[in-house]
Amino acid sequence: MRSNYVLLIALAFVFAASQGIGFLNHYYLQILMYIGFNIILATSLNLINGFTGQFSLGHAGFMGVGAYSAAIVSTYLTTHGFGTDGAMGSVVLLVSLLISGFIAALAGLAVGYPSLRLKGDYLAIVTLGFNEIIRVIIQNVDFKIGGVDYVGGARGFTVPKLTTFAWTFGVAVVVVWVIENLINSTYGRGFLAVRDDEVAAEAMGVNTTKFKVRAFVIGAFCAGIGGGLFGHFIQYINPDSFTFLKSIEIVVMVILGGMGSTPGVIIAAIVLTILPEALREIDQYRMIVYSLLLIILMIARPQGLFGTESIKRRTKKRRASNPATAIT
Amino acid sequence: MNQILQQLVNGISLGAIYALIALGYTMIYGVLRFINFAHGDVFMVGAFMGYYAATWVSSIAPIGTVPAAILVFLISMTICAVLGAAIEFLAYRPLRNRPKLTVLITAIGVSLFLEYVGQHPAVFGPDPKGFPSIISSRPIIQSTLLTLNVVQVVVIGVSLMLMFVLRFVVMRTRIGTAMRAVSYNQQAASLMGINISLVITFTFAVGSALAAAGGILYASQYPSIDPLMGIMPGLKAFVAAVLGGIGNIPGAALGGFIIGIVETFAAGTFLSTYRDAIVFAILIGILIFKPSGLLGKKEIEKV
Repeated sequence: MRSNYVLLIALAFVFAASQGIGFLNHYYLQILMYIGFNIILATSLNLINGFTGQFSLGHAGFMGVGAYSAAIVSTYLTTHGFGTDGAMGSVVLLVSLLISGFIAALAGLAVGYPSLRLKGDYLAIVTLGFNEIIRVIIQNVDFKIGGVDYVGGARGFTVPKLTTFAWTFGVAVVVVWVIENLINSTYGRGFLAVRDDEVAAEAMGVNTTKFKVRAFVIGAFCAGIGGGLFGHFIQYINPDSFTFLKSIEIVVMVILGGMGSTPGVIIAAIVLTILPEALREIDQYRMIVYSLLLIILMIARPQGLFGTESIKRRTKKRRASNPATAIT
Repeated sequence: MNQILQQLVNGISLGAIYALIALGYTMIYGVLRFINFAHGDVFMVGAFMGYYAATWVSSIAPIGTVPAAILVFLISMTICAVLGAAIEFLAYRPLRNRPKLTVLITAIGVSLFLEYVGQHPAVFGPDPKGFPSIISSRPIIQSTLLTLNVVQVVVIGVSLMLMFVLRFVVMRTRIGTAMRAVSYNQQAASLMGINISLVITFTFAVGSALAAAGGILYASQYPSIDPLMGIMPGLKAFVAAVLGGIGNIPGAALGGFIIGIVETFAAGTFLSTYRDAIVFAILIGILIFKPSGLLGKKEIEKV
């Protein structure tokens, strides 16, 4: 029950903050919004890569599917009598996001199934392949409904502006809350079991196949919504925003934060969004530093900067001292 | 219809290059059981080393002659062999016996590192460079049915030669026997007195040298090189290695030719804009229906 209050407090905080950010100029607002998108993407990828132990390199593909399907829905609605302001805009955005989440989840289902037979590096390559297939398909789709361009292939797709601060961080809070609660539920322990020892989990009656697919579907759903928000914020999407380099960027956030640690991943998403902006002057060294960091981190501290182990141990201790929560 | 022969020749010469890169993937997978993501970038470095070597060679000898071309190949292949061994020593060796995922992430890190160091203006620079014609592109056969360039003949010839040399090294020499032993059972090989580290270093050096040769051949055929040129050929060569059965040397060669031919034919039809997607669709198909590849052996997982 306690976590429900946390959710309400966090949402109230987001709402309060959204009333108070008017003084920010466009540049800072944009960085803030990117932090929000990256938190959504990284936390949801963490479910697949961190908690379930699968290695997906295709998260940007799901994000792209979401961004495009949300944009199609909202463009259709706004050219058929729906407005983009106030409550009407929120309704349009909500409908678009839900549909984008479902379509991305379908894509997740399609990627999740091959993952049943694949492990580690093979899975990484297959998800990367799916990412590229999705990108190539988007690049080749271009159609008109009633004189309005949809998708637009390589030219890109102009999208109405609907995403606000409150929406982005509201969704981010909900995504974090859902994934944390899922993982800490009795049911969610299945994801961790699949990661820790697949054979033992299977022997204990955990349906590993289903858990892997579920991780992909839920992760893709959240990534799709993140993509939808992203598209309706920058108002212009093209296939190049969703290459596997974007996927790698999200993977780096998950790894740096510590696979399987939601707080760590959130911190990493914030740091890795701000850092490039702060390092603008030495931009040409930025990615070199990133890649070196990745190599050194893997050699010196493979559990990530903020370490899963310490956080996991802390949770265990808390649970042990409070047996009531252990039964829920 | 009269395009078929031409497309086939183009496909084989592209496939020969994929095959060379795929051999590196497959050999490294054979001894270390992991995918060296950075292999495509070693291929890129090979092309750039060829570029600089050609510039240097042209200052002492006329370029476009056979000895000059051989010199360019030797310089680039040697540098990349050292680079490959260095990558193994610095990035992968500390990670032996660690979870596969850790090694995989490191490999992605190495790949990004090579790409972005290459893009730095003080190294290769981000802009594409024109590759000097160290192999002449004069046509040998020119007819309505088929145009065959010297480049294409050299690409196919050099690739096949290198594949046979590799086959000979792996099957007939001491170090090759050691490689096969390590690939079969690392622990047992080490008990038999084989220096595992040496074998792994050697494998990386050979694989990287082959990638470098592939890089020069690729750049001779498509003479524009940039630091990100290795990504797509690298991924496609990986698909080729999986298609043939990863860890299997003839399989990698077969897979390379198949991928090259399929891609070229797709590019010649209405599917041309989908050609990258088709290669990945092949990968997904093969992993779902026959994960061991066309020539690979099925592995049984032991608990």
